[in-house]
Amino acid sequence: MSETLAVAVPEARRWRRFTLAERMARFAVWLAVALAAVQSLRTMEVIPEFLYDAPAQMGDMLERMWPVDWAYLASGVWPALVETIHIASLGTLLSLLLAIPFGLLVAANLTPNGTVNLVARIVLVASRSVNSLVWALLFVAVFGPGALAGTFAIAFRSIGFVGKMMGETIEQMPRGPIEALQAAGASKASEIQYGYWPQLKPAFLSIVLLRWDINVRESAVLGLVGAGGVGMVLDSAMNLFQWQRVAAVLVAIFAIVIVTEIAVTQIRKRVL
Amino acid sequence: MTHALEIKGLVKQYQPGRPILKGIDLAIPGAGLTAIIGPSGTGKSTLIRCINRLVDPSAGEIWFGSGGERIDLARLRGRALRASRCRIGMVFQEYNLVERLTVMENLLSGRLGYMGAWAAWRRKFDQADIAYAFELLDTVGLGAHASQRADALSGGQRQRVGIARALMQRPPLLLADEPTSSLDPKTSFEIMGLLRDQGRARGIPVIVNIHDVELAKRYADRIIGLSGGQVVYDGGAADLDDARLRQIYGGQDWLA
Amino acid sequence: MSAPARASSAFRTGPATRVALWLILAYALYAASQLGFSWTRFVEGLGHGARFLGRMFPPDLSHRDDLADGIAETLQIAVLASLAGIVLSLPIGLLGARNLMPGPVSWAARALVSVCRSLHPVIVAILFVKAVGFGPLAGVLALVVSSIGFIGKLFSEAIEEISHKQVEAIRATGASFMNVVLFGVLPQVLPRFVGFATYQLDSNLRNSTMVGIVGAGGVGGVLLSAFQRFDYAFVLTILLTIIAIIVVGELAANSVKKVFHV
Repeated sequence: MSETLAVAVPEARRWRRFTLAERMARFAVWLAVALAAVQSLRTMEVIPEFLYDAPAQMGDMLERMWPVDWAYLASGVWPALVETIHIASLGTLLSLLLAIPFGLLVAANLTPNGTVNLVARIVLVASRSVNSLVWALLFVAVFGPGALAGTFAIAFRSIGFVGKMMGETIEQMPRGPIEALQAAGASKASEIQYGYWPQLKPAFLSIVLLRWDINVRESAVLGLVGAGGVGMVLDSAMNLFQWQRVAAVLVAIFAIVIVTEIAVTQIRKRVL
Repeated sequence: MTHALEIKGLVKQYQPGRPILKGIDLAIPGAGLTAIIGPSGTGKSTLIRCINRLVDPSAGEIWFGSGGERIDLARLRGRALRASRCRIGMVFQEYNLVERLTVMENLLSGRLGYMGAWAAWRRKFDQADIAYAFELLDTVGLGAHASQRADALSGGQRQRVGIARALMQRPPLLLADEPTSSLDPKTSFEIMGLLRDQGRARGIPVIVNIHDVELAKRYADRIIGLSGGQVVYDGGAADLDDARLRQIYGGQDWLA
Repeated sequence: MSAPARASSAFRTGPATRVALWLILAYALYAASQLGFSWTRFVEGLGHGARFLGRMFPPDLSHRDDLADGIAETLQIAVLASLAGIVLSLPIGLLGARNLMPGPVSWAARALVSVCRSLHPVIVAILFVKAVGFGPLAGVLALVVSSIGFIGKLFSEAIEEISHKQVEAIRATGASFMNVVLFGVLPQVLPRFVGFATYQLDSNLRNSTMVGIVGAGGVGGVLLSAFQRFDYAFVLTILLTIIAIIVVGELAANSVKKVFHV
């Protein structure tokens, strides 16, 4: 071997899980989160006496709820439960009337006009951002207390959900069948009916079922602001401090949510 | 040459009364590649998995020379079991890499048996381990792929990572469960060659499950034939003639 | 040449679907009558609605401070509830995974998650108001419960769907249970977990705007009193602000997802 050959000792190779840029970005996010948390904790008003009292208060409330007033279920709660289901179902159906056109308009591949997409998207975002309880407040102010306000509240809230999901489903559809129809000279209406709709159907049913499930849950509480359904029974029982009836209503709400979930699972199994 | 592994009377039944392994007696030497062949369903995979206890034997003993002492793998539990697994490397048929992690992370996971959870979470690996990982990557020919995600690799490349991961454990014993079954013929030869060469280079025994008899004959120092849950052949590649193969596999046509 | 035997029925709705659609229509009419809807009421309602919209425009900015305080409190509730909820759902979701945990443990965790899911956040908020008093603490606690209910269930399901092979390999290296979870389970489910967490953050932001209606802090209280004063122009201001922060929240969540490679 030549003596003049200097063999370089290789530097130990380093391994880093993330590049420098990635690490800084991740650190920035963690820092922001920590700051937000600390700031929130400091400025949030917590009255210590209430906090220490909490277990005793909860215990007291649970005691007053027992025994549950089961008789009330048949007399006061049942009609309100039925009304709740009607509100949820009608509200969901009503929302479809508006959600379908907006869902079609917000999909960029179906409606190429950018401005129309944007407007439709704004409408859908606005619908989703306002809580169904707040919609209920609004419609109670418009229509007066009762189930009409509740139905519209559910409907207007659901438009955003159904419309957005529809739009996303349409945008992710394979282009093939659509292009074939366009090449054959189909009108826009035919394109929708024969190209988009058949592919949309299974997803559509799934979306509607999901929203109906959520709506039953939501409808149960709308009565707290006067928009009909079993929430009104809950509200009056709480105002009168009739805790055993409150317990009965809570059980009823719990039961109806479970029944709805089972129904949706069964329908899903059979149809989808 | 002392035996690295001694199996005595190993029995495994998944359902009562229908044993898959019906009493296996084997002694694996401390060096060389041993191939286990036999028809499907005869328990080859079960046998290999009993050694590192991914499957629990129903009866029998598995004596393993670990760190100067001999322990019965079949009896181990908890921490002792994990400690033994640290010393047995395994290569899987479908590579079993963690797809979303990079090649380096997959390799370094071979050291997880020696690390606490906090260090693992922060990916705080020893520099010595990282250096060794790079070395192994170069050995298997994947030096340039260290930061790629595992699911970006081809099948053959993934299996090389799998072998490197097993070697990261610096194990005194290497197991391979059908390492070539998911690979094309050329890659299969490369992988078998890699297993044999690494076994020789590190002086450790390699036990391979394989269903391709030609590969077994070409790369194994010793062949064990399993049939009906029992050992029916135990010897070199040269003695494995057609009559013996028929005894193991049954049937005539496939030999012609 | 004979005419085709039957016109193609490729796109016609099948008989079962048509029956279902008629049934739904019949139900709709029935429900509407049960709820006392009538055409006259609806038309009257439209009139009310138009007048109402008139009273809402233009939006009123005179109570800016109340609005700012309410929004600040809403954000605090959303941030704290999401943090606590996400941190708690990770272990609870893990405990609920039947492929990782022994039967009784996973059953208990799933039962807890079911209870958290089943009650509407508003009802939970009312209960917490009774327990810890009016104010944002009740709101935070209520939303922590709903976060655990949502993320916990989906996370357990995600873990149950992972590839068993990747976990097996890590077990074979002799790794401890925690290390198997860290290297075998989490890499497979972390992206989905981040998805659930950001969804829940968004959901908490929305819900925190309404728990104030029942006294659990946030801008909901400001909104309720505006309604009770018939100050509809201020209502519009509040609603527009709420929509704005939710949109900003969605955009922020998307960029966070990109930073964490989801």
